[in-house]
Amino acid sequence: MRVAITSTGQSLESRLDQRFGRCAFFVIYDTETGGVEILPNPNKDAEEGAGPASVQLVASKEVQKIVSGEFGVKIKSLLDSLKIQMIVYKEKEKTVKSVIDMLNNQ
Amino acid sequence: MSPRPTRLRRVSNPPVISGLRPYGGKAKEGQQGSVFLHLEEYEVIRLCDYENLNHHEAARVMDVSRPTLTRIYAKARAKIADALVTGKQVIIEGGKVYFDSDWYKCNGCNCLFNQPDKGVTPEKCPLCGRSETITRYESSNNQYRAEP
Repeated sequence: MRVAITSTGQSLESRLDQRFGRCAFFVIYDTETGGVEILPNPNKDAEEGAGPASVQLVASKEVQKIVSGEFGVKIKSLLDSLKIQMIVYKEKEKTVKSVIDMLNNQ
Repeated sequence: MSPRPTRLRRVSNPPVISGLRPYGGKAKEGQQGSVFLHLEEYEVIRLCDYENLNHHEAARVMDVSRPTLTRIYAKARAKIADALVTGKQVIIEGGKVYFDSDWYKCNGCNCLFNQPDKGVTPEKCPLCGRSETITRYESSNNQYRAEP
């Protein structure tokens, strides 16, 4: 299963980004293979519609879960129709690595 | 004066198929036309005839009034009957709907998560994997949900 995690930087030591649509990077983590893919977010500075565009980007990577600090108002119904789970995790100090560790410890 | 805008109907899950096609008999001779079943009409059939809810309960699930639900139900049945009798194909699309799911909170790692599959209660937290710490979370912005 693939999980998207919003990140503030390009490494796994970066912190979790507290926004979904305008986060700096998406870290796509595969729980089965342990593979990691880091995607820069092209919608980072978008004036509007960053959320839906980001949904499209992550959905094209076939993720089933998204971990972020906050999701905008337009996102929920979109993700519900795509059956992608949202996980709101408001811990600013946590790194992407620690989130991946939590996902692995199940 | 413009008419009152349609209240959005809450739909839990999109249907597993996007339509039904007739076979045999006149279906071979050519297209009989199609019936467009809206998503809210699919949902009302699912709630009333598959889950056996009464109209009051189904109206609460879809977040509309009971009379509105009965009206959608009548329309849905008329469309399905038309397709069945005249051999039209059914296409499920459109409608004034939004998809919704419930929120849950894990007190162990302090995260919020939703359950995209409606009707299934999550067994464990998707982040930390603990099961005893999960509670239903009622969000504060329930302005669209009116108790009937």
